[in-house]
Amino acid sequence: MGVEGIGARVVRKEDKRFITGKGRYVDDIKLQGMTHAHFVRSPHAHAKVKGIDSSEALKMPGVVAVLTGQQIVDDKVGNLICGWAITSKDGSPMKMGAWPAMAPETVRFVGQAVAVVIADSKNLARDAAEAVVVDYEELPAVADVHAAIKSGAPQLHPEAPGNQVYDWVIGDEGATDAAFAKAANVVKLDVTNNRLAPNAMEPRAAIADYDAAEEHFTLYTTSQNPHVARLVLSAFYNIAPEHKLRVIAPDVGGGFGSKIFIYPEEMVALWASKKVGRPVKWTGDRTEAFLTDAHGRDHVTHAEMAFDANNKITGLKVKTYANFGAYMSLFSSSVPTYLYATLLSGQYNIPAIHAEVVGVYTNTTPVDAYRGAGRPEASYLIERLMETAARQLKVDPAALRRTNFITTFPHQTPVIMAYDTGDFNASLDAAMKAIDYAGFAGRKAKAKADGKLRGIGVSCYIEACGIAPSKAVGSLGAGVGLWESAEVRVNPVGTIEILTGSHSHGQGHETTFCQLVAERLGVPISQVSIVHGDTDKVQFGMGTYGSRSAAVGLTAILKAMEKMESKAKKIAAHALEASEGDIVIENGEFKVAGTDKAIAFPMVALAAYTAHNLPDGMEPGLKESAFYDPTNFTFPAGTYICELEVDPGTGKTSFVNFVAADDFGRLINPMIVEGQVHGGLVQGIGQALLEHAIYDANGQPVTASFMDYAMPRADDVPSFNLSHTTTLCPGNPLGIKGCGEAGAIGASAAVINAITDAIGKNNLEMPATPDRVWRTIHAA
Amino acid sequence: MYQTTYHRASSVDEAVSLFGKSSEAKFLAGGQTLLPVMKQRLASPSDVIDLGKIKELQGVELSGDVLTIKAGTIYYDIMQNADVKKAIPAIAYLTSVLGDPAVRYRGTIGGSIANNDPAADFPAALLALGATVKTNKRSITADDFFKGLFTTALEDGEIITAVSFPVPAKAGYEKMRHPASRFALTGVFVAKTKSGEVRVAATGASQSGVMRVPAIEAALKANWSPAAIDGVSISASNLLADIHGTAEYRANLIKVMAQRAVTAAG
Repeated sequence: MGVEGIGARVVRKEDKRFITGKGRYVDDIKLQGMTHAHFVRSPHAHAKVKGIDSSEALKMPGVVAVLTGQQIVDDKVGNLICGWAITSKDGSPMKMGAWPAMAPETVRFVGQAVAVVIADSKNLARDAAEAVVVDYEELPAVADVHAAIKSGAPQLHPEAPGNQVYDWVIGDEGATDAAFAKAANVVKLDVTNNRLAPNAMEPRAAIADYDAAEEHFTLYTTSQNPHVARLVLSAFYNIAPEHKLRVIAPDVGGGFGSKIFIYPEEMVALWASKKVGRPVKWTGDRTEAFLTDAHGRDHVTHAEMAFDANNKITGLKVKTYANFGAYMSLFSSSVPTYLYATLLSGQYNIPAIHAEVVGVYTNTTPVDAYRGAGRPEASYLIERLMETAARQLKVDPAALRRTNFITTFPHQTPVIMAYDTGDFNASLDAAMKAIDYAGFAGRKAKAKADGKLRGIGVSCYIEACGIAPSKAVGSLGAGVGLWESAEVRVNPVGTIEILTGSHSHGQGHETTFCQLVAERLGVPISQVSIVHGDTDKVQFGMGTYGSRSAAVGLTAILKAMEKMESKAKKIAAHALEASEGDIVIENGEFKVAGTDKAIAFPMVALAAYTAHNLPDGMEPGLKESAFYDPTNFTFPAGTYICELEVDPGTGKTSFVNFVAADDFGRLINPMIVEGQVHGGLVQGIGQALLEHAIYDANGQPVTASFMDYAMPRADDVPSFNLSHTTTLCPGNPLGIKGCGEAGAIGASAAVINAITDAIGKNNLEMPATPDRVWRTIHAA
Repeated sequence: MYQTTYHRASSVDEAVSLFGKSSEAKFLAGGQTLLPVMKQRLASPSDVIDLGKIKELQGVELSGDVLTIKAGTIYYDIMQNADVKKAIPAIAYLTSVLGDPAVRYRGTIGGSIANNDPAADFPAALLALGATVKTNKRSITADDFFKGLFTTALEDGEIITAVSFPVPAKAGYEKMRHPASRFALTGVFVAKTKSGEVRVAATGASQSGVMRVPAIEAALKANWSPAAIDGVSISASNLLADIHGTAEYRANLIKVMAQRAVTAAG
């Protein structure tokens, strides 16, 4: 490892512009003649749109247009798609209702757009939007999954009778039933995985610019995957052919999944910019973010785990109801199926698993992938079950996990996933040592003497990242391949541009990706720049989500680097009159091994472009690209242990210690990895203690501002004690597993296991607010 | 935000005069409530009259047994003030747990009590300490000033100039923070005057806003100790209930926070 190579704690290159306020976000961009959009949104959870009267709004000076849902349908703009086809257990395809970008006839959640006002300024657009009169006929609404599947419940879409999108199963039901029939003990648990609002710091925004002369669109948008946005907008929404649409995702202030999806606002901005002949800008405010950014989680699950007399797990049965909200968002269908149920084996040898997932429509904001996406729900369920089992079987929770750990690899689970490598004992050992697990009983007794209830909670998570082999996901219904592309452009002076299909919206790619180049060539990272987020600059790529950028995106860069280096070595060998096989790369020089003959890398680059003295038949230039398709998911895993105290008078939880022992394979920049873990843990703790997107029975959101929705603050979380145990991922040459979601996946169960340990009651729903904990303590 | 006309008053008289000339004016103190409400378009004053630069509304004075805090004094200055720390440290503590640093640098005592949010911290201090609210027209006792949710005895165009607190023998404040807003989910201020009277006020708990808690006052009058509150029963009826706290929980918090406030008061 050099000072800036793989494994170095390099300070982030991009932070200079971010912390000096020089970042360039969509809302910072101003175009000549730009108009501003404000959406007219439904105040009702479910209603017929009987009519829209725009006459008063259109009279207001500065108002350019008022466009409605009917117009967007008339112009044949496509309905929003769901990109992963799921098949129900009866063989039928999932049942989807249409989702037009603005509702022409029926609104199905509070905040759904019915019209848009385009005006000369943002305030004018908002003023005029208030003057648009929409005649609604309210319909009965339903927000809760159990209420939605009852007979007689309000129906959202005629295409989905009973509000059921699908009833999907995985695993071997017969083998699982047989395991339960022979079980020595059965542990049962009902858990709710609370709905979350993603709340990236930067709200979503879009600027659409139509060039009539070229019949070309440019869209600046807050996207995690600009190429996927362009593909979907072109292929499915009929807005522009792909070669006539440029999508730019500049600096993006956080995504957490919520900026994967192509939302109605971008579609409307593009469509409207052509209609009004001027650029159209929309910047969402925080309220719109709460109402329209795809929410996360929202599962209700009953699970049972069978054990033999030696406390070995013999079977697992799971039934989950997943709330999808009012429409099927882009990847929503895959989240509670292939991203959730395939991880139900956890870190454990479970011979038989059967899971059934019922997807349900409700009159709420659509739900889709949010940091972890299905894997937090799986991990939370399994780790709550293990804790419940330990209590019921009266064994130490850590010991019960150890009894059931998978210890040989590769390991084929009964739910598709084949774990490639791992060492679950190592991470459990590291975490137990870090928190002094053995000394906990003494600390608990001392806390009790001080009037505090102290608890400890273990969570051993595993996740599947780096999604994934295209062939595999294609066979499971994915509408896209999940490879990544990269291009290495060496300039004639030897500086290097890396063009990547990954997109950085907080992950630090501009630093970590340069570190790979520094590692291989020995050049300083200041000589390397990362280009991403612009479909005109970068060849097609799949974007950033699912902790995939290092495992997949960086591997694509490696493959392109290898091609570039191979050509550069030929050039160097030719210049040095040596054999190509004797050339080694050291400290920015191409050397003949074992001699002092060398040529500096910039001279190799220059030679490639002057082309005065290249090997016979070699093309000039030094630029290579690669597409990399992984061979398997990667499987980051680890153990989190949380020690905390509950104040019995108020039910308030205070952290004493929180340790994380993660196995992410090889780390490129440990400092950035730690930052990712910190952020993930805070989101996991936020879910466990604070966050909950709540609707009343009529589908009205109760938590649509930070006055009601409790985002974690710095003083809500402890200082974290992080460590790493490492098994290299065999599936990619760098041995990387991915680190972006682990914290959010593993933390919640550790917290709830610790609180329930502290208060001596096993059933406690998230978020464990002081009120809820206090009531649980004092419940009969 | 809807269009509005901004005025910066340099004196209380000028502010009153500007108010009289406007159709639907609002006084702006620290702006910690008014500005967010305007941004959300839930308020649309024709004119906003900023009181923030009026010198006569700034400062703290300790004179004998009376601590006077001028209405425009920001929380941070109250928290840091040596006279406040000396005379009524519970007020310095209250400001230290009020909102967050951004709020404490902008929000004012006058703005807080004029708004009378049912979960604001300062109304509890005024009520428990038997404070007097001074306005440009008159003096109003705290008992008469707070009239329920977001309602006070202030008349249209009347400006709070200062709050006078009799220095107590003992005082303490504890609150359970609302997890999202950091207002008081329930906060209790306890005070024992130099003449031996006990006054206890709870904020964030009642559907009618800040309130005295006679049962706890009686218990503490008999025995100034946390244990004296053990046997007190607080009814949950008429208490607030929302996603962050049931009425029963708030009833519990009134007791628990009162006990901790007594401990803090010494």
